[in-house]
Amino acid sequence: MNSVPPQQRRAWPEKLAVRIPYVWLLVFFVLPLAMLLRISLSQPARAQPPYAPVFDLTAGWHGITTFFDGLSLDNYRLLGSDPLYLVALLKSVQIAAFATLLLLLIGYPIAYGITRMPRRARAVLIALVMVPLWTAPLIRTYAWMSILRPDGSLNWLLLTLHIVATPPLWLTTDAAIYIGIVYSHLPLMVLPLYATLQKIDERLIEAAADLGCPRWRIFWQVTLPLSAPGVLAGALLCFIPAVGEFIVPDLLGSLQTPMIGQIIWNAFFANVDWPAAAAVAAALFAFLVAPLAIFLHQTMRAVERAR
Amino acid sequence: MHARETTRHIAPWTDAHARPLLRIEDLSKRFGAAIAVDRLSLDVHEGEFFALLGPSGCGKTVLLRSVAGFEHPDTGRVLLDGVDLAAVPPYRRPLNMMFQSYALFPHLDVEANVGFGLKQDGLPKRDIAERVADMLAMVKLEGLGRRKPHELSGDQQLRVALARTLVKRPRVLLLDEPLAALDRKLRDQACFELMELKRRLNLTVVIATQDQSGAMIVGDRVGVMDRGGLMQVATPAKIYEQPNSRFVADFVGEVNLLEGRVGDDGFSVEATAAGRLRVAAKIDAVPGATVFAAVRPEKLRIHREPPSPPPDNCADGIIIDIGYLGDLTIYKLRLADGTTIKATVTNAGRIAAHTIGRDERVWVSFAPEAAVVLTR
Repeated sequence: MNSVPPQQRRAWPEKLAVRIPYVWLLVFFVLPLAMLLRISLSQPARAQPPYAPVFDLTAGWHGITTFFDGLSLDNYRLLGSDPLYLVALLKSVQIAAFATLLLLLIGYPIAYGITRMPRRARAVLIALVMVPLWTAPLIRTYAWMSILRPDGSLNWLLLTLHIVATPPLWLTTDAAIYIGIVYSHLPLMVLPLYATLQKIDERLIEAAADLGCPRWRIFWQVTLPLSAPGVLAGALLCFIPAVGEFIVPDLLGSLQTPMIGQIIWNAFFANVDWPAAAAVAAALFAFLVAPLAIFLHQTMRAVERAR
Repeated sequence: MHARETTRHIAPWTDAHARPLLRIEDLSKRFGAAIAVDRLSLDVHEGEFFALLGPSGCGKTVLLRSVAGFEHPDTGRVLLDGVDLAAVPPYRRPLNMMFQSYALFPHLDVEANVGFGLKQDGLPKRDIAERVADMLAMVKLEGLGRRKPHELSGDQQLRVALARTLVKRPRVLLLDEPLAALDRKLRDQACFELMELKRRLNLTVVIATQDQSGAMIVGDRVGVMDRGGLMQVATPAKIYEQPNSRFVADFVGEVNLLEGRVGDDGFSVEATAAGRLRVAAKIDAVPGATVFAAVRPEKLRIHREPPSPPPDNCADGIIIDIGYLGDLTIYKLRLADGTTIKATVTNAGRIAAHTIGRDERVWVSFAPEAAVVLTR
């Protein structure tokens, strides 16, 4: 029966429950984003808050006009004129992209391997994959600092096993940044991959074998294409936060060529230039995060329809 | 036309020297403590349509999967053309299986699904396209080649799955519950189309199903399975008219089972709920042994008056339920000792016999030839 669902007759608690996600998005996403945009259009000031103009309702209509007159795009012009920002952005994208590739190469076999395990082992292994998420990012990065120190455990291991003759330098190199990012983002790659891989109907694999496809070719022709949504979700879940990564490059990388996250951090806390920091953040969001999020949303919708 | 037109009338399984195309020998498969297939042997001949019929969990799917190579039997062998398949992986076996719920590749369109197997064989693209087009025409899916599986109806998906296996020209086609997802009308239609395809392509087919009418329509022979073993293997008519056990009689169609003892003459069953019953064939059991007389409901005659002279097998009872199906009417009646039996009457004339009402006292009778005596 194709009767009309009784949407009009929903009681108010149900209506409220349906709207909670939107309220959440409004309060914790749209409003902060609006505040960020508003600060990015201001000028730094030695005051509390450290930017001007301030919206002053007590001054009436005059207050409102002064506020809007005080807003400008100066900070965005600064972003265009100083190559520091573009260099930092390109470096961030490059590091995030390569780290995402590494994450895929490491995370896919892990996720695939877990789906091949007996059911009970799978739950345990997935929990183990998530363990790094349960420690604070700062603490796990400090742990990596001690491992990667010139006299740290990694070099001790390499020297003991005679893999290297002289201890290589890890800290302040991009390699250290990759290690830190890959380590901390691995759960975000493995989980969506695992979720899509374990949903793949085993009979599709068998059907492919039945039609003359050997095991390794089944992977390329059936398993991999069917796990594409997981690859995409994992890649974006890792890539987007990796672009804005701050702790890892700050503690493990070099200060000569900062990533965009460090630029924002410095502008906020070292220079107390909130408007400049807000402008960088807003630009990053506009050029990178928003298009990717929309792309992901569209793709997921298409995938859902295809099921 | 060709000789193949008459294959239906040739019965290779009756020829002791005929070499079967597919031979299953003493095959067993356990999963932990559960026995899925229990020392089963079966020969399927070239051009035969063999139906494995049984309730869910009887082991028919495991049997098919063993033939396809997805299960490794604990004992026994599968031979194709006399060659043991044990060492042959599924992707090298020259037979194809159609899975229940079809297992179509959701990321590929109809053409790519159908061409999948040919691509694996490394055929040139043009040959693949040609054979795929031919096959789509054969299963009446022209013009739908670019659709994705989720854009198709259930019977269209079935056709794609069929085309995908048939395009490989399998030596044996294995069908696992191919019709379960279809509603009844489509199911019967699909059965007839399957038979038509089988004739045109001269296929050898093994179908596993729990749908008895489907099995009876398509099967040259039907093998009734229960708990991992074959209970009876015979033509559909023989399965229905001469079941060899209560299980087969009950699983295939409706049946009234009347328990009793073999009479001294060997031609009667005594002390049943319907009294002493006379049967046409000599009973294969010693006098006094417990047996079951099986009578199909449509073989019972209903009388509103006591028939005179009293026929051989006659009992009276009270009508307790009437089911009017249009083409026929089912009467349930209770005999004197409380046993319920079923009788069906074909509604051939417009004024059907359903003038018989509930709670009415009636007499039922059947000819001695109508009953089969079962010893197990």
